Amino acid sequence: MTNRTVQELAEQSYKYGWTTEVEEESAPPGLSEEIVRWISERKGEPEWLLEWRLKAYHHFMRLLGDAQLPAWANVTHPPIDFQAIRYYAAPKPKLELESLDQVDAEILKTYERLGIPLEEQKRLAGVAVDAIFDSVSVMTTAKETLAKYGVIFSSVSEAVKEHPELVRKYLGSVVPHSDNFYAALNSAVFSDGSFVYIPPGVRCPLELSTYFRINAEGSGQFERTLIIADKGSYVSYLEGCSAPMRDENQLHAAVVELVALDDAEIKYSTIQNWYPGDDNGKGGIYNFVTKRGKCAGDRSRISWTQVETGSAITWKYPSVLLQGDHSTGEFYSVALAKGRQQADTGTKMTHIGKNTSSRIISKGISAGHGNNTYRGLVKVLPKAEGAVNFTQCDSLLIGDQCGAHTVPYIEVQNRSASVEHEASTTKVSEEQLFYCQQRGLAREDAQSVIVNGFVRDVVKRLPLEFAVEADRLLEVNLEGTVG
Amino acid sequence: MLEVRDLHAEVNGVEILKGVDLSVGVDETHAIMGPNGSGKSTLAYVLAGRPGYEVTAGSVTFDGDDLLALPAEERARRGLFLSFQHPVEIPGVRMDHFLRAGYNELRKNAGEEQLDPLKFDRLIRSKAKAVEMEPAMTKRAVNEGFSGGEKKRNEVLQMAVLEPRLRILDEIDSGLDVDALREVARGITDLSVPGTSTILVTHYDRVLSYLEPDHVHVLIDGRIARSGGRALAKEIEERGYDWLEAGAGV
Repeated sequence: MTNRTVQELAEQSYKYGWTTEVEEESAPPGLSEEIVRWISERKGEPEWLLEWRLKAYHHFMRLLGDAQLPAWANVTHPPIDFQAIRYYAAPKPKLELESLDQVDAEILKTYERLGIPLEEQKRLAGVAVDAIFDSVSVMTTAKETLAKYGVIFSSVSEAVKEHPELVRKYLGSVVPHSDNFYAALNSAVFSDGSFVYIPPGVRCPLELSTYFRINAEGSGQFERTLIIADKGSYVSYLEGCSAPMRDENQLHAAVVELVALDDAEIKYSTIQNWYPGDDNGKGGIYNFVTKRGKCAGDRSRISWTQVETGSAITWKYPSVLLQGDHSTGEFYSVALAKGRQQADTGTKMTHIGKNTSSRIISKGISAGHGNNTYRGLVKVLPKAEGAVNFTQCDSLLIGDQCGAHTVPYIEVQNRSASVEHEASTTKVSEEQLFYCQQRGLAREDAQSVIVNGFVRDVVKRLPLEFAVEADRLLEVNLEGTVG
Repeated sequence: MLEVRDLHAEVNGVEILKGVDLSVGVDETHAIMGPNGSGKSTLAYVLAGRPGYEVTAGSVTFDGDDLLALPAEERARRGLFLSFQHPVEIPGVRMDHFLRAGYNELRKNAGEEQLDPLKFDRLIRSKAKAVEMEPAMTKRAVNEGFSGGEKKRNEVLQMAVLEPRLRILDEIDSGLDVDALREVARGITDLSVPGTSTILVTHYDRVLSYLEPDHVHVLIDGRIARSGGRALAKEIEERGYDWLEAGAGV
């Protein structure tokens, strides 16, 4: 957390490179062809990208007209009025408070429990901060290091200008605009996001994180991320933050695309803690994300690790297309649903090449009135000789008002495949809590210990700094749920 | 050290303890014997503060303080240790991490400095050796996949690390063969530093030949039906509990 904080503070005053132009106008609410053209023009995009957006827009409007909204997820919410959303807004200066005394006491308590340093608390809460660190040098060092290795790490907008050939080749190559309802919407109106390219044979020397980016905030609603690992390269990418993030935009429809060429490896880690709404289910983010990786090359590997504790509704299935021979896809997930939260999350592993393997470890925690669903598809296509999959779905229940559901789909079209599925549902038992108490742990700490043990297999896959945050995050989120 | 007066307790609305009196002094070892369902384990749980075990009347003091007013963890921090008849599994939580958390809570309570992982590792290694347990076992998840004997030995290890002043051993001999029992009993004896008191809860006399009690109490239907010395336990071994149950009007 401390390192991260330095970086974040650093960003406050970093004024060089990577910033998108400061927009001066906002679009009126509503979605139309004109709005899409307007967005593209404001961003100074080339013709091909405008065409791409428009195609997506027309597809989306057809789906919307036919009322083809995704209906299969185990979640409920009032209908979304897509014409009431403002699809393009100039970055607003944040409301600046004068001191932390003006910040909601509950929020401050949470920050404190997460161990967020004071200066950082101020920044998150929107209090004016004096940047006291030598910010420029931190950023410059990172940029210089990446440049030395030829790694491209920029906003998508910048990449469209600087590396159009790469963006054009790969944008939509994994998640086409026609993939699903929200992917179509994102393709039409996406604001910005991260672009990463790792050249052949390069092992990216830094963990790449959205924190490096000055304009990470405010582009959250329709974010678009594209990561390409060229032959024999490696990159670890971190997304998110454990601090509770509020956003006035209720609907988030991001798209993330990963491409791994021959012998390349991409590790993508997420911590998601968007505002979940109040205890009665009022407010909160709808997090409808499409994340997919393509193991395009032989012996390539893509690994998704996620800790999802926030949002009112999470609808998310980080997937891998195992196209290259001997390629590997992995999905490690912790999803927490408490209060009135609903999580419908899982993965799709599509085995296409020969001797491909996939591994799925999903840990769902339900507390309060939370509802947690694992939904996963393992698909072995006819030519995928020798495919191997292992799936393990564990659910942990805290209290007796919550729900856990497991919906595995398995479609095997090649007889040589080996597909294994294990599932379990357990409750935090009175006996376990008492055992911990008898050894000196307070009841709440006892529950944290049990929960942290439950998620261990997943959390240990996270980069160390993230893992510590994940543990603390679960602890804080589960406060007050112990019986 | 421990004074139990007219203790009544119920579980799920059913009265199990119906007026237990017990006085345990410093350095004493007491055996609580009794047939199945007489309330032995309930007594152990009530003393340790298990939620759901409701005291309806009576009092318990520990070093003069009202024990019943304290939550379970507070009792543990003050030096009360319960060795479970069926130690609980906590998947994914490493034994040494778990025990260090508890250990440091006890130290915090005593106003002592907390041990960092490195120092604690040295401590747990030496204790594991003392109770004849493989140190590698302490890197495994708490009791997960342990055999019955390993679980009991693990209880003794925790006791060795936490160094309680009042030890309540609930059926410490169950699931142990003769050799294992001898080793576990030796561990318990070796850990009996001056100032330690012990309550042995047991169905059989067997364990008492290793851990010589000063006092033997027989619990019948939620009351102490008879108290005596070592000879009482031997008599029970020969005659069973029937004659005592008849006397208690059961």
